[in-house]
Amino acid sequence: MAKLSFPRFVASTLRKFSPRNGVEYTFAFTGFIIIAVFIFMALFASIIAPYDPNKIGVGELYESPNFKFLMGTDGFGRDILSRIFYGSRTVLLITLLSMALSSLCGVLLGLLSGYVGGKFDTVLSLVMDSLYALPGLILAIALAVMLGQGIIPVTVSLTVVYIPIYFRMIRGEVLSLKENLFIEAARAIGAKDKTIIFKYIFPNVIPSLPIVLSLNAADAVLTLAALSFLGLGLPADIPDWGVDLRMGYGELTSKIWWTGTFPGLMIVLLTLGFSLFGEGLTEILNPRLARR
Amino acid sequence: MLLILLSVVFLIMRVAGDPVSAILGGHAPPGEIERLREQLGLNKPLYVQYLDYVIGLLHLDFGRSMIWGERPVLEEIFEHFPATLELSVYAFTFSVLFGIFTGVFSAKRQNKPADHLTRLYGIITYSIFIPWLGLILQLIFGVYLGWLPIGARADPLMAPQTLTGLYTIDSIITLNIPSLINSIKHLILPTITLGIYLSGIFTRLTRTHMIEVMQKDFIRAARARGLPERTVVYKHALKNAFIPILTMMGLQFAMLLVGAVLTETTFSWPGMGYFLYERISLRDFTTVQGTIVFLAVLIVLVSLVVDIIYVYIDPRIRY
Repeated sequence: MAKLSFPRFVASTLRKFSPRNGVEYTFAFTGFIIIAVFIFMALFASIIAPYDPNKIGVGELYESPNFKFLMGTDGFGRDILSRIFYGSRTVLLITLLSMALSSLCGVLLGLLSGYVGGKFDTVLSLVMDSLYALPGLILAIALAVMLGQGIIPVTVSLTVVYIPIYFRMIRGEVLSLKENLFIEAARAIGAKDKTIIFKYIFPNVIPSLPIVLSLNAADAVLTLAALSFLGLGLPADIPDWGVDLRMGYGELTSKIWWTGTFPGLMIVLLTLGFSLFGEGLTEILNPRLARR
Repeated sequence: MLLILLSVVFLIMRVAGDPVSAILGGHAPPGEIERLREQLGLNKPLYVQYLDYVIGLLHLDFGRSMIWGERPVLEEIFEHFPATLELSVYAFTFSVLFGIFTGVFSAKRQNKPADHLTRLYGIITYSIFIPWLGLILQLIFGVYLGWLPIGARADPLMAPQTLTGLYTIDSIITLNIPSLINSIKHLILPTITLGIYLSGIFTRLTRTHMIEVMQKDFIRAARARGLPERTVVYKHALKNAFIPILTMMGLQFAMLLVGAVLTETTFSWPGMGYFLYERISLRDFTTVQGTIVFLAVLIVLVSLVVDIIYVYIDPRIRY
């Protein structure tokens, strides 16, 4: 293979994502960039943020966006830009954590339930189906009321909300995979159940995960924002976009637009990043759909 | 299925925390706390509470609110239901019409820039955060332009005489023109907010199925007969692409309710979503429980109705 210089590598990568290859590549690529920017913001919040996000009175109250405070200040004289940087940390932490936890639980339970079958499967499926029937936000609200405020309770509620999605998907796949010849063969050579589940079935269900993960992350960002917006999310000392957006409402009629607009915009952008990435990925991985 | 759903809701709400301390505040005398617990039936063992609750539901008894005069929950739900219904009907109609229109628009220009833009629109609506969209609309049309009100269902004293609880219908029945105009003005922003949020999925669905249908033989046959393009697209193709759209309309119902909760909170629209939000913060368990159960039953019923409608639309389906 010819040595690829870095600029050429970048160029070829970029070419791959040009709209000529199909708009889905552009979608996925744009989504990826958006997510990457937010991850960067979250990781380096303490370096790039000009002020302490919680410090009251770094500027005047309600300063409109200017060179000193690019996005203005809120009713406590806090810098909104810094709050957004730190907020991305909160939001990404909770979203990614709850996605990891819910996919882990959902996949494990789905594998077990689909493979074991019988009463265990019936009961578990019933519970999952009824959880699934409730709209995510309503369930999240009920859970958040129960668990109280804070990062861990919110993460747990989001986790519970998304477990049934993974459970149902994985269980369905396991049920159809189970009938395959290679599973029967594995059993015939005396493989243990554990081996069959993790060595034979698990690798076959992985490919469907990234898309669902990405789309769920988009949904989770919105649900988290909705919880904070309804006052069920995080305590006041943790910078969070949903809470800041809520605050913006009180100042609306005084024509103070910047306090709510920017945090809300971040919510939409991050969700958009995850959705674009997931959508693009879906069409790239299912070319049958994309070529239509 | 429904029973398990009810049990899950019950369990979640019961473990949720103490309504007594929420009602009385943190520093109530112990005697008072005991008395209230007994009155609300919270001193009984959990399974007795659960049995009481299920038997009550079978009698359509959703219990009584734990606060403010302890009114029957069902009564309060019905009081707030028309507001949600009115908003939902308008928003849903808007989203379906708008979604189908943009979907057809996109399908006719498959893989052209306009198509990509419409697809992007589909993804964006999926990512839109209702309170933010509401905020922007309120800022532009309410605060800066001053054209439209930013909250509530009608100005004080402008609400029509209550017959159905749907302000637009009520004011038409009573021939109250100023109040009709007033309610419509209050409806516009919430309807657009919720409608845009819901429309993306219809855009996408219409697009996919239209593209599929447009390649079928009967479309070519229709074109060969020299029918105008508009007749081909809207009469022949759209009719055949409509069944999956109808399915989605049924499935969207849950999303509509979630959207309504956020939209109502955003626009202080006194419907069930706002009511739920209000009572959650007051830890009014029976009411929250009742409302969630009511919503769940509603979702189940709607999907049943959608199944029945299929049979009429597509004679090939038989149960």
